[in-house]
Amino acid sequence: MISAHSPAVSARRAKRWGSFFYAEQVLRVMRGYGWSVFLYSVGQPVAYLFAMGIGLASLVDANSGAVFGGVNYLTFIAPALLVSSAVMTASGDFSYPIMDGFKWRRVFYGPHASPLVPQQIAAGHIMASALKFLVQSVVYFAIVAMFGASPSPWGWVSAIVATVAGLSFGLPLMAYASTITKDSGQFALVQRFIVVPLFLFSGTFFPLDSLPLGVRWIGWISPVWHGTQLGRVFTYGLEESPLLMLAHVLFLVGAAAAGWTLTRRQFARRMGA
Amino acid sequence: MHNEATRSFSTSASFEMNPAAVITAENLTKSYGELTAVDGISFEVPAGESFGLLGPNGAGKSTTMKMIGGVSQRTSGKLSIMGLDPETHGPEVRAHLGVVPQQDNLDEELKVRENLIVYGRYFGLPLSYLRPKADELLEFAQLTDKARSRVDALSGGMKRRLTIARSLINEPKILLLDEPTTGLDPQARHILWDRLFRLKEQGVTLILTTHYMDEAEQLCDRLIVVDKGRIMAEGSPASLIREYSTREVLELRFGSERNSTIGVELAGIGERVETLPDRVLIYANDGEAALEQVSARRLRPLTSLVRRSSLEDVFLRLTGRSLVD
Repeated sequence: MISAHSPAVSARRAKRWGSFFYAEQVLRVMRGYGWSVFLYSVGQPVAYLFAMGIGLASLVDANSGAVFGGVNYLTFIAPALLVSSAVMTASGDFSYPIMDGFKWRRVFYGPHASPLVPQQIAAGHIMASALKFLVQSVVYFAIVAMFGASPSPWGWVSAIVATVAGLSFGLPLMAYASTITKDSGQFALVQRFIVVPLFLFSGTFFPLDSLPLGVRWIGWISPVWHGTQLGRVFTYGLEESPLLMLAHVLFLVGAAAAGWTLTRRQFARRMGA
Repeated sequence: MHNEATRSFSTSASFEMNPAAVITAENLTKSYGELTAVDGISFEVPAGESFGLLGPNGAGKSTTMKMIGGVSQRTSGKLSIMGLDPETHGPEVRAHLGVVPQQDNLDEELKVRENLIVYGRYFGLPLSYLRPKADELLEFAQLTDKARSRVDALSGGMKRRLTIARSLINEPKILLLDEPTTGLDPQARHILWDRLFRLKEQGVTLILTTHYMDEAEQLCDRLIVVDKGRIMAEGSPASLIREYSTREVLELRFGSERNSTIGVELAGIGERVETLPDRVLIYANDGEAALEQVSARRLRPLTSLVRRSSLEDVFLRLTGRSLVD
């Protein structure tokens, strides 16, 4: 009869690997929804790809000339859909499940009683979601590449860019979600008044500079725009100045890091005091 | 897991072998702003003891449990679990414990057996240990045939048993149970008590909060009666009853209108008369004799009942209030 290792060993392992232990739990839960997750996160952007990149594109390509940097419309919007899709998945993964963890089914409080600490629970959730963004982005990129919409050999990097963009939108949202104690429809508002505008006005379907200055700022503060521009650099070699490239990277990484830091603090506050 | 021989060995031997306290609390205090939920309580729990915190809702029981469980920081006082301070050694303390929270927080989206395995992973336990252990615990919790069900398909009592099974995955020597049977029907409670009693026999230290006196009497070797964050009394259920109540209680009902005024007419019968809104309690060592005295005074109650004193009476005596409002 084998028995459990000592509490000291448990504590040591939990301290070192605790985030991964929690990520494992989140992935197991996701596995139960495998098909719906796949359809939502890959099926939806592929539908857009068909509608816009093939249907609408036949009109656009015939009339646009050089507006889209010399590439066809499908190639122009493919990286944008890739990034938007990761951001939309993030808007789901980092909102309701956080409320669920703290309030509805209180799933965070199970591991909270184990040797894990709140920061590890947050990190595990983040890591599992990041892995999901990456898998969905890779699958989606493979489809884009099959359509020939990623002429550059560096196109695959856009899948990583999309993952980071998902986190740069999702982690500040997670920090906010972890402060909510009463659900009064905040997430529906986030969806309608933040996610949708970011999707539409981030240079997704047309270059950002074709918008009037009054709304162009939406793109500047949008992870979708920063991610999309970077993605375009990798998939078809959009010419972006090094300074702007740096700005994109700093924005994405900075927003993700800030979101993570605030999330850790809020998780510790909510589950520690 | 344990055959009869080892079980009786661990029951009789655990206390003598390890007389040191596994939990020590000294002037433990927790305040939330103005509110003092736990107001300077002190107690010690030796290994293998079944220790209860009895009190009404809001007495500070759950707050105390959270501090012991290392998930809530105390405001002041000292606390040591297995010689460790949960404030500075949270993961180490929690690695020693099994915790059954007041509200179930099982993973409803995972299967029953998977809940146990996932939880064991938090302790870094390998799957080679967890798979057979999960089956063993499902057997213990009488949930073997539910192993592949989703948690949301279980009844309240089954969920509670699964939560207890989950808390045992790391083979803890200390089990914290926060109102383990609140909200369960009588049959489910009895099944649960039986399981907890087996754990006690195996030498597991049980710390439980309850506002059910019968639960405290069934399960606790020793308990503290808590009200408004303070300890009102401490002792074994039997000794508390001896100290704060009489052997028997005569319960009389005269109807809600007369109950409040009848006290005067009953004066002098038994050792003490307690008037409640719905009934009058006469504390006496011989309840039948007290009832005869009542009849002799030509007072005719609608109903009368003689029963043994319980912890409910102890609580009433100590605080002037009932446990369950």
